[in-house]
Amino acid sequence: MSNATVEQVAVLGAGMHPWGKWGHNFVTYGVAAARAALEDAGIDWKDVGFVAGADTMRNGYPGYISGATFAQALGWTGIPVTSTYGACASGAMALDAARQRILSGMCDVALVVGADTTPKGFLKPNVGGREDDPDWLRFKLLGASNPTYFALYARRRMDLYGATQDDFAAVKVKNSRHGLGNPYARYRKEVTAEDVSASPLVASPLRLLDICATSDGGAAMVLTSMDYARKHLGDKSPVRISAISTVTPTFPNTIIEMPEFATDSAAGIPAPDLKFKQAIGHAAYAQAGIGPDDVDVAEVYDLSTALELDWYEDLGFCGPGEAEKLIRDGVTTLDGRLPVNPSGGLACFGEAVPAQAIAQVCELTWQLRGEAEGRQANDPKVGITANQGLFGHGSSVILTR
Amino acid sequence: MSGESTTNTRRRLPAVEGWFTVPEAGSDQSPALIGTLCRSSGTYFFPPERVMSRAPGNSDSDLVDVELSTRGKIWSYTDAQYQPPPPYVPVSDPHVPFAIAAVELEKEKMVVMGQVVPEVAVADLRVGMEMELVIDTLNVETDEETGEEVEMVIWKWKPVEDGSAS
Repeated sequence: MSNATVEQVAVLGAGMHPWGKWGHNFVTYGVAAARAALEDAGIDWKDVGFVAGADTMRNGYPGYISGATFAQALGWTGIPVTSTYGACASGAMALDAARQRILSGMCDVALVVGADTTPKGFLKPNVGGREDDPDWLRFKLLGASNPTYFALYARRRMDLYGATQDDFAAVKVKNSRHGLGNPYARYRKEVTAEDVSASPLVASPLRLLDICATSDGGAAMVLTSMDYARKHLGDKSPVRISAISTVTPTFPNTIIEMPEFATDSAAGIPAPDLKFKQAIGHAAYAQAGIGPDDVDVAEVYDLSTALELDWYEDLGFCGPGEAEKLIRDGVTTLDGRLPVNPSGGLACFGEAVPAQAIAQVCELTWQLRGEAEGRQANDPKVGITANQGLFGHGSSVILTR
Repeated sequence: MSGESTTNTRRRLPAVEGWFTVPEAGSDQSPALIGTLCRSSGTYFFPPERVMSRAPGNSDSDLVDVELSTRGKIWSYTDAQYQPPPPYVPVSDPHVPFAIAAVELEKEKMVVMGQVVPEVAVADLRVGMEMELVIDTLNVETDEETGEEVEMVIWKWKPVEDGSAS
């Protein structure tokens, strides 16, 4: 890893509360996940020097100041906290905040927590008339829900690359098999291509089973300095975070993104070489000093089945228009060359917004340790996560061992 | 723009102010989206940016209102099979699916989303198909003071006759 541009931090603990629709307060899930991560690390809460919370926008004020909410619930110890929000990328921002504290020498041990309780149905904007809020206006003026945008990307794959709804269904079938053995997954049931095609159309060409649900859940991680990890673990080598990319788009962003009405214009300033989603992974690879060929396992944001295929290309696993071949050839299944979403992905979890990016990193931690019982990839050494949050938030984390 | 009353029809009001022109009934003018042009970079914005150019390095540039191209080619398309959540205002009960298109404007080099006119479904659309802008009903609202029904209008995309995919 001599080409790395950023120092590593150690992952000592990972913990989750199972995803579902449990109906509890989000703090319950966050605390359960935090306690599991601390236990996994063998570190006492009183030894934690910093808490980074990933916020939820759907649970009132405690959700907006989640760092303090979790610190108070675990018992105030006087340590500094932060609360981050970057939509689906909130968890990566919280991890990055923790990494900054550690790499700057301001603390040795940091706890990162994200949890959510979500309502049923389409994610919708906050209430109230807000004529200057694009997220409110897109529902009002276009009737554009989140699946609208997922469907635009999916349809483009079909008309440009000859993708079929069967290809999209194959992603769901794969992920549902992966999630069967995952005790944290909400949906642990095999889904067939027939099940997908029999499910109702939501936003053509995407059907209900192509689109991820929303869930309750919580995930947490304990990060430490490499020095602390060496002292704490002795000869045992920890999984390390080699990159956290939290990039934003570069103007002009020429791909239509939620919640926008239009792309930026490339009439005056040429579009950048990398599309935004490509730039997310690119920044992570640059930090870690590696490339797509080094990756053994990936957790990518399958908000829709077709979006998982976009990620294959944007992360450099294949060229444009080649993702369908990867899924058809079984390259990204658990026993393939490059398993993608061994956890079962959002297809088996449903999205718990602030917890999800952290959950991706928890899964890769277990994969790299060889502890992902029932869904273990074949001896992976490098893993990458990818996700993108509403309003231009990139999120990609690289783990190595 | 001003939503003038016309005889024998409901008053028409733009569903959002300052984003598109609404030619009066009987006018031979075509409706258009109103964008802004950043003079120093040549970049267009929609919805219009009226405070500061978002093109990096052009913060002092003049921003002028311009009418955007009224034709473009489909970048992608989909539909809303289920009724979107509020603040979307339902237009029928039960919900009737409507198509949504993202259309690429050649001159402005940008993609603009819009609902597709009601008589056109996803099966009628293709990436690359030529579309034109029209003004159509978004929903009907009742004026709380006068009880008058007001037609809220919005821009929509409509396939150009003989506009085949390139």
